[in-house]
Amino acid sequence: MAEMTGAKALVEALKRQKVEVIFGIPGGAIMPVYDVLYDTEEIRHVLMRHEQCAAHAADGYARASGRVGVCMATSGPGATNLVTGIANAYMDSSPVVAFTGQVPRAYIGKDAFQETDIIGITTPITKYNFQASRPSDIPWMVRAAFYIASTGRPGPVLIDLPKDVQTGAEDMEFDDDVEIRGYKPNYEPHPLQIERAADLLANAEKPVIIAGGGVISAAASRELIMLAELLQAPVATTLMGKGCIPEDHPLSLGLLGMHGTVASNLTVPEADVLLAVGMRFSDRTTGNVEKFCPDAKIIHIDIDTAEIGKNIEPHIPIVADAKRALKSLYDRLIKKLKRRERSKWMSRIAELKKQHEEMSEKPGLSPPRLMKELRKILPTDAIITTEVGQNQMWAALYLKAYKPRTFISSGGLGTMGFGFPASLGAKVACPDVPVVDIAGDGSFLMTEQDLASSVKEKIPVIVIILDNRYLGMVAQWQRLFYDRRYSATHLGETPDFIKLAEAFGAQGTYVGSISEFRRAVKEAMRSDVTTVIDVPIHPEENVFPMVPPGEEITKMIKG
Amino acid sequence: MAKNGKNYIISSLVEHKPGVLYQVSNMFRRRGFNIETITVGESEQAGLARMTITIKGDERTVEQVVKQLNKLLDVVKVSILDPESTVTRELALIRINTPNATVRSDVINYTEIFKGKVVDVAHDSLMVEMTGDSDKITAFIELMKSFGVREIARTGITALPRGMRSTRME
Ligand SMILES: Cc1ncc(C[n+]2csc(CCOP(=O)(O)OP(=O)(O)O)c2C)c(N)n1
Ligand SMILES: [Mg+2]
Repeated sequence: MAEMTGAKALVEALKRQKVEVIFGIPGGAIMPVYDVLYDTEEIRHVLMRHEQCAAHAADGYARASGRVGVCMATSGPGATNLVTGIANAYMDSSPVVAFTGQVPRAYIGKDAFQETDIIGITTPITKYNFQASRPSDIPWMVRAAFYIASTGRPGPVLIDLPKDVQTGAEDMEFDDDVEIRGYKPNYEPHPLQIERAADLLANAEKPVIIAGGGVISAAASRELIMLAELLQAPVATTLMGKGCIPEDHPLSLGLLGMHGTVASNLTVPEADVLLAVGMRFSDRTTGNVEKFCPDAKIIHIDIDTAEIGKNIEPHIPIVADAKRALKSLYDRLIKKLKRRERSKWMSRIAELKKQHEEMSEKPGLSPPRLMKELRKILPTDAIITTEVGQNQMWAALYLKAYKPRTFISSGGLGTMGFGFPASLGAKVACPDVPVVDIAGDGSFLMTEQDLASSVKEKIPVIVIILDNRYLGMVAQWQRLFYDRRYSATHLGETPDFIKLAEAFGAQGTYVGSISEFRRAVKEAMRSDVTTVIDVPIHPEENVFPMVPPGEEITKMIKG
Repeated sequence: MAKNGKNYIISSLVEHKPGVLYQVSNMFRRRGFNIETITVGESEQAGLARMTITIKGDERTVEQVVKQLNKLLDVVKVSILDPESTVTRELALIRINTPNATVRSDVINYTEIFKGKVVDVAHDSLMVEMTGDSDKITAFIELMKSFGVREIARTGITALPRGMRSTRME
């Protein structure tokens, strides 16, 4: 067997994982790997302008494609710049593998130039992390990292590569099986639990389903919809679950929680049996957890045992892959269930949904209206990413998603600046569909420098800035709960987003009316360069419905 | 987490490699669980260490601790030990002031009653090694306080279930 350097082995191992793209920025401690990438045609490297964006782009790539996203950075500041992106992927269970350069082994622990303890730093925000201690570690570590990132509950994995491990040569073994004794994800649901859950559901008067991101990771949309239709059970989704059921489906209730739809927030508490699948009862979803569905019998399906009973104690826990669990439930229920008629309940739900629709029929450049107009223009498989704040919640509430993996948003960490780099990753994964970042002016300024990579690397996306010149969501809280004391939320009149876009070689368009908005979006879809559409909206516009923090989800402010 | 509650003993087998103790202790810190005692040492199986952790809390907390421990990839097996059917031991080294012959012989007598051992003698102090369950050690230390305890080092609890119940990996 031939000797090979660690750097070569790394690239070889990545090829074996069928990696097609790496988002990254080079630096001293990772140069040997970059030197090998220079000759590697099979793997595209996208040079980002900030490592945070490299991590978000890898995350966006992963969420759009269902494959592992890869990012790379040098030691020290390169590695620490990745941290927000890794934490974001961790909170939203996104399969990302991050590589960091590290100082040579002999320097570790000596506070060498650009040394940082990235293993220590990322231990609580990765599913697992490794530091290679010799070149021949690299092939199996890469295999293990991809396996860990993409199986069970997905999540980010980091591999730290001391520089001399990249340059050193050893015999390499690429085909060893990785055996991780402490990691055995359980995919198959327990038949007895399925039986109990099926009994409960078969006898339910008002069964309701809450579907989360796990349904999307497990590619379980079909199974979810089949079960919902069989049970005639309405489906509310978490932010991460948006898209797992088409939002024009009669059983779709839309988003649940702090900014849930009226239909979701009023229907879920009526359930006598609640089937929660691939979701974790986050505080943003449940509102006051003590008052969340106190009378419902709860069935909780999750692949992560530690989610069972963490926030809410279910009556029937099912630790399993969402797809298999939903399929098993369907198979049990189809035998014991007659199709249910629930026309009275269903027509009430339809009525609540109609109320919601009416909220997006305001005149002028109101964000709900903009979202509705945008939906009419975009094809159903267009991918939406969002920033964080009001923009995100307007998109979640008023821009319908029809397919899984078409709505990508920072749910758990709520990272401003996520949407734009994530849109670049999504566009690399799906070059043939329009990718649109619904942005806030504040958020976009956190990662806008990657307009440079989008132009240079020819990754054309559309950024729609809902431009209120405010850190709008914070300002909304100040308006509602802090007596309109706008402490540090006014952003002022700069920058000029059109000039900003143009400075990077992107296109900038200002729109002043709905018809201009329509025209601008259509033009942007035809453009082969990134377009920033600046839409001025009223600075005092609120996102409604909203449940005040700590309240139960039925207590909505509807505006 | 509830500061009061029952005592639980968790026995876990973990990969015997650097960083695992950090992963475990960091998980406890992050999730707001409190470790009362923790001991780590080699187990009967190559490459695996046994971590014995005692915590105070209610049943729900302990269940969460076990799940979160199991979630760590380097943790291979976790069991909760039932205090009724578990042998628990702790070791303590205690240096006691013995200014004169009477005190010295009192301390030696008590040590024998408690089935401890004198392991070091200086002109004005003795070092006693005491093993047993934690209550016994605490009782001995309380008794010694009247003489003047100069230094104490306790290991924390280590434990194994009695008889046939096993914490081994299958
Ligand atoms: C990195 C980061 N910093 C701060 C916050 C807190 N925060 C949440 S929403 C928000 C305002 C976002 O402003 P903008 O992007 O303009 O969106 P808008 O709410 O106005 O639509 C802030 C500051 C955050 N979520 N992320
Ligand atoms: Mg704003």
